[in-house]
Amino acid sequence: MIHSLFLINASGDIFLEKHWKSVVSRSVCDYFFEAQERATEPENVPPVIPTPHHYLISVLRHRIYFVAVIQSEVPPLFVIEFLHRVVDTFQDYFGVCTEAAIKDNVVVVYELLEEMLDNGFPLATESNILKELIKPPTILRTMVNTITGSTNVGEQLPTGQLSVVPWRRTGVKYTNNEAYFDVVEEIDAIIDKSGSTITAEIQGVIDACVKLTGMPDLTLSFMNPRLLDDVSFHPCVRFKRWEAERILSFIPPDGNFRLLSYHVSSQNLVAIPVYIKHNITFREGSSQGRFDLTLGPKQTMGKAVESVLVSSQLPRGVLNANLNPTQGTYTFDPVTKAGRTPAEVGSRSAGSDAPPARLAHTAREVERLKVNRLDMYGEKYKPFKGIKYMTKAGKFQRDDLVCITGVSTLTYETVTLEPSSIITFTSAGPN
Amino acid sequence: MTKAERRLQWKPGWRAPRPPPAPSGLPLDFSALTSKIGAMRTVLVSAENLQLTLKTEPSQEEQALTHTKSSPKETHKAGNEDLKEMLESNKDSLKLEAMKRVVGLIAKGKNASELFPAVVKNVASKNIELKKLVYVYLVRYAEEQQDLALLSISTFQRALKDPNQFIRGSALRVLSSIRVPIIVPIMMLAIKEAAADLSPYVRKTSAHAIQKLYSMDPDQKEQLIEVIEKLLKDKSTLVAGSVVLAFEEVCPDRIDLIHKNYRKLCNLLVDVEEWGQVVIISMLTRYARTQFTSPWKEGATFDENNEKAFYESDSEEKKDQMEAQPYIMDPDHRLLLRNTKPLLQSRNTAVVMSVAQLYWHLAPKHEVNIVTKSLVRLLRSHREVQYIVLQNIATMSIQRKGMFEPFMKSFYVRSTDATHIKTLKLEILTNLANEANISTILREFQTYVKSQDKAFAAATIQAIGRCATNISEVTDTCLSGLVLLLSNRDETVVAESVVVIKKLLQTQPTQHSEIIKHMAKLFDNITVSMARASILWLMGEYCERVPKIAPDVLRKMAKTFTAEEDIVKLQTVNLAAKLYLTNSKQTKLLTQYILNLGKYDQSYDIRDRTRFIRQLIVPNEKSGALNKYARRILLAPKPAPVLESAFKDRDRYQLGTLSHSLNTKATGYLELSDWPAVAPDQSVRNVEVIEPVQEWAPLVGKTKKPKSDKFYSDDEEEKEEERSESSGSKDSSSSSGSSSEESGSGSEEESSEESEHTSSDSGKSSSGSEKSSSESDSEQKKKKKMMKAPQKKSKPTAAFSDSDENGNGPVAQASSSSAKSSSDSETDSEDDSDSDSPATQQKKKRDVKLNPKVEVKSKVEVSLLDLDDFSPAPTNAPKSLVVSSSLLSDLEGLSLSNISSTMQVTTPSFGPVKTYELLHHMTGKGLSAKYHFSRQPCLYQPNMVAVQVILTNSSDHSLEEIHIGDRSPASLNIHCFNTIERLEPEASVTVSMGIDFSDSTQAANFQLCTKEDQFSVSIQPAVGELLMPSTMTEQDFIKEQGKLLGMNETSATITMATANTSSQAISKHVLCAANVGVVSSSENSFHRFAGQTVSSGALVLVSLELKESSTALLTINTEKSVMASMLLRDLKQSLAQA
Repeated sequence: MIHSLFLINASGDIFLEKHWKSVVSRSVCDYFFEAQERATEPENVPPVIPTPHHYLISVLRHRIYFVAVIQSEVPPLFVIEFLHRVVDTFQDYFGVCTEAAIKDNVVVVYELLEEMLDNGFPLATESNILKELIKPPTILRTMVNTITGSTNVGEQLPTGQLSVVPWRRTGVKYTNNEAYFDVVEEIDAIIDKSGSTITAEIQGVIDACVKLTGMPDLTLSFMNPRLLDDVSFHPCVRFKRWEAERILSFIPPDGNFRLLSYHVSSQNLVAIPVYIKHNITFREGSSQGRFDLTLGPKQTMGKAVESVLVSSQLPRGVLNANLNPTQGTYTFDPVTKAGRTPAEVGSRSAGSDAPPARLAHTAREVERLKVNRLDMYGEKYKPFKGIKYMTKAGKFQRDDLVCITGVSTLTYETVTLEPSSIITFTSAGPN
Repeated sequence: MTKAERRLQWKPGWRAPRPPPAPSGLPLDFSALTSKIGAMRTVLVSAENLQLTLKTEPSQEEQALTHTKSSPKETHKAGNEDLKEMLESNKDSLKLEAMKRVVGLIAKGKNASELFPAVVKNVASKNIELKKLVYVYLVRYAEEQQDLALLSISTFQRALKDPNQFIRGSALRVLSSIRVPIIVPIMMLAIKEAAADLSPYVRKTSAHAIQKLYSMDPDQKEQLIEVIEKLLKDKSTLVAGSVVLAFEEVCPDRIDLIHKNYRKLCNLLVDVEEWGQVVIISMLTRYARTQFTSPWKEGATFDENNEKAFYESDSEEKKDQMEAQPYIMDPDHRLLLRNTKPLLQSRNTAVVMSVAQLYWHLAPKHEVNIVTKSLVRLLRSHREVQYIVLQNIATMSIQRKGMFEPFMKSFYVRSTDATHIKTLKLEILTNLANEANISTILREFQTYVKSQDKAFAAATIQAIGRCATNISEVTDTCLSGLVLLLSNRDETVVAESVVVIKKLLQTQPTQHSEIIKHMAKLFDNITVSMARASILWLMGEYCERVPKIAPDVLRKMAKTFTAEEDIVKLQTVNLAAKLYLTNSKQTKLLTQYILNLGKYDQSYDIRDRTRFIRQLIVPNEKSGALNKYARRILLAPKPAPVLESAFKDRDRYQLGTLSHSLNTKATGYLELSDWPAVAPDQSVRNVEVIEPVQEWAPLVGKTKKPKSDKFYSDDEEEKEEERSESSGSKDSSSSSGSSSEESGSGSEEESSEESEHTSSDSGKSSSGSEKSSSESDSEQKKKKKMMKAPQKKSKPTAAFSDSDENGNGPVAQASSSSAKSSSDSETDSEDDSDSDSPATQQKKKRDVKLNPKVEVKSKVEVSLLDLDDFSPAPTNAPKSLVVSSSLLSDLEGLSLSNISSTMQVTTPSFGPVKTYELLHHMTGKGLSAKYHFSRQPCLYQPNMVAVQVILTNSSDHSLEEIHIGDRSPASLNIHCFNTIERLEPEASVTVSMGIDFSDSTQAANFQLCTKEDQFSVSIQPAVGELLMPSTMTEQDFIKEQGKLLGMNETSATITMATANTSSQAISKHVLCAANVGVVSSSENSFHRFAGQTVSSGALVLVSLELKESSTALLTINTEKSVMASMLLRDLKQSLAQA
């Protein structure tokens, strides 16, 4: 299925290649570069590119293109999903998935790729199995390895692949048995120019970090499972039990994993906890303009909206922005905002058709999913359990078990501004 | 320098890479750098030696290895000799270090092939990592150095006998990855052995090896097929995916190999690893298309008896109860659909997509809807995933708008989307557009037009054009909107608008001279050639409408002719010709001037055209007969261009495939065959031995079919693996249960289907499809028909006739009339269309298909609402409906399991919207509230009654914080609506509440509060609103009624208004008064309705026996005697009304 894989960095260099079948010359990537040249933005490169003898399916993540070479019919999503899984694995192993990290760990990368695909068909993609096969590099291990000449390839052979629970490795031992669940919900919304909500929907995930000895069998029940409108599970979840009882019953993988992602059905419109207004004016005959943005909390049932982040993607023509926030600070990154294609600067003339404000943000919603209880069967010890609710937090905060509510991240995007315009950013900040 | 050129430099030549810096402290022979050029030859010679040794004494490869060890002393090659040295050292750590660097070279695409002899020696190393790295190297270079690669073979052969299954597995993996043709026989042998290995892991590896061997030597096909056949019988989930992949690559046409394993694969599917699932599902899709008959036939009736029982036997599938079942399906076909459904919840997007395509290609039309939600969910995933999913949705949405219409908002474009995603979303929105939602969509489009992404803005204008042509109501609006865009500052927007306007004007050749004039004015400012050409064409085509302007435009063009683009020049010539024909007085000279200019143009296209036009229009002695037809040629009425989706023809490819994505046939694409007209023998799938016997509860009113016994034979000799057994047996029991029911129920569907069949393509004999229905089937069929005939319109959970039929009015008519032509099918098909009773209306709305006949029967107010549904395009079903219906199914799974097995709660019937006043605006200081019972199952708790409250602010100031305050009795269980922060003057908002009345008509009192005031209000439910409709068969009804006699029976003779004696009117009035479901009845004079109380779930059975002179005996059987008497009173009143 997957013939070869090329990794291409932002400047168009192939810095890694791997072939699972016979070798495909890297000149096949020229078709990819052609497509890349045609696309104005890196994201605009089409994911599927046909060439005379091959098909290129690519994903772009962390500014690296992962280009898979395919020779015959295959579901494109199959390849895309696999490539993303590869990236996730790299991230899991090296912390970040950058060109530097991959180059530094090229041997581990190669070993991983070798295990993940056999003859182009995915073999072992569960991170638990892979970690049994190839130990992730740590500083300590790297040092020990160089000194003693020992290896980072697992000494014993993985047993997980054979068991009924292929996602869990065997012989897991912890002194502190812990199971943490983060219920993270986010709101996606589109708000139009006048400030009214066009769409708003809530998506949630339950991320888990389970460090339990042996083969625990967990059940997780919810206070309000009716909220779950559409769900997708980690393969460990027993679907039949869910169908019948609305209980999540599973033998967890070891470590971090995403247990569940869901869509919240809410009858009423999702209330968005902030309001936003913006105004753009242009000075006739000059290349300057003015941009006002007002943001404030709506009534949110007594809860404060915390750490509001407004990010605004300015058009490429903007050379500089001068902002006056009434609260908080701002940064302006001229490289990503203004430096893209200065060629277009002249073509846009000043005028007054302000583009729509499109807002995507996350915040507290009407009613959130609540975990009722977590039980463990199959093992004797008593684990430490923790559940954290968040309405979007960027990072996985494991040691923080306080129930955080009302954290919201807000992204404000797309305003047209004329070249070198002055931007006044007025933010009535949250209380 | 272009990128490609730069890349060429990167291309590794045979130039040896520079030696990487050696680790310090390593003794290095630097003199080696200066070694001779002939070194390469030496390597080859030594390699040849090796090979010879090997060939003569293959067993002594050890010796050969030692031999190499001694020889390479002199085999130096500038570059890698330090690595070579390291590889030959005795220390594992040095070797490992060297191998790591070699792998680094491979990864960078540099050539490391000359290290082959040094590396291959380490294949027998004890160090696992070293060994693995050597494997990596071998797999990469063995093809290039086949002879040397042979050295490693015996190591693998030995490893293949290792007691550890992983060593066996990985040995086979690498052995089969070495693409050396000489070892084909060895590989073949190894594969055969491994296929019989005890370890499933090794068997899996052998399945992978099959494909490798096949791609290397296709001559081995026959032998490999034998291995595949053997492995297909494997019951391990580990093997299933891999072997199916091997099957797909080696012998996809040998569909007969699947027969015996079909059911096993279906049952194992859930437990197979995710990648295997994708492969298996796509294979099964192909299989099913060759083995089963189409579930999409029109006019198939269905029998709700069987349908219901079918689901009853299968407790997990309650959800499906929503999806009525209009066709007898092969039980195996159903098995496949059922077993793939849970996979829609997979986290793997490829799995979800493959299930979606399976449903799309295999499921009855109305069942396809279940995949919608999952597909929409995938849109939250990565950009690339979105791209593929959107492509598929675009194809699906052309054929079936209804599927995605409720999720329209998910396709709204976000400014952060990549351009190709935006364009796809636009495409889908355009496909979804209809009369009902067009205004919303156009408003959204207005936003897009202003996008900075000009390519996207242009695409939006195209989309507006498509909406305008497809939906005639908005054509004018769109047109004027586009004309407004002509004054846009952006060049591309204007140009695109011109092009689209041109197309629109062409479709509507009415009086649009104003627009043409306007465009003529703009002409000077437009520089985009396509737009200029479009305007010129319009001028020419409608020159008679703008007699003054056209010549002037031509004059301007004559001036600038030489500077124009080719396309503009061509249109100028066209315009000149047309004007010459219509208005030669004014334009003769101009035309000739332009023709002269064109004659000497650089482009031969223009020269040709000019010559042609000149001969055609200018009369001279040489011009032949064509001259007099010039006018008819040039000014012929032209067909309007059809603006249609770019995805229109994509459905010829299987969804989710690469071919579909590219819209060209990809290498190795396997066509999805058409449904066979007659299903092949289904007994081929029978396996001697299957899961344990299942016991079925005998179902009322059903006869067990002997067929199913034969199907799932009872003797069991062999057990499945533990896991698959536990899950599998359940499945099979339900499926076999269903099979019997289906075959029982299906009888008439089949007959109608058959007749349909014969009527449509008369050549085919209907007996062909008879294969499974036994004699008892046909008996039952007759009986059913008799039952059915008299009571056409009152079926609960009515038959959900094929969606195609419902798709649009005219078609439905046509199909039923065609069905009528065959006398046999007449009743059935009529029944079919009639059976869209109110009960399914809500559902229909969701499906957005309506049969016109329903209209006549349903209530007045409803039909008023539904008038919109006549139009071919769907209405905008309120979103809540959709949500609630899906939730309903959830709720059913949860809380209604205690309901006796003979009935099901159904979707509520249509809601007679009787609105009651909750709070008058005078008493409420401006706040007024009205409520009605939505008759939906309450979303919050199943024992609550759903109430919709409409709050209106009739004051002149805005009201804040509207919420529900104290309630009395305090124990009253109310699900409040969320506080409404602010209600502007004249605004109104609809909220829904849930109230648990505990089956009493006692009013629920509570306070409606604003920020300042509190108003006590109360909701008193009519007793009929405390019910939920339930469906049951007549037999069940009578049986249940028999249990509720004596104390539990209340009856009275009532007088009905004469207008109410028709069965429609009775249903209407009863349903108006109480939220009950209609029970089909075999007698004309009996009308039966069934419901159950919301809180306690007690059955409420209403029967009405018509007597002479508009009197009737009304009987209510229920445990709740108080409710019975109240309900009796209400019904009496209702029926007495005219």
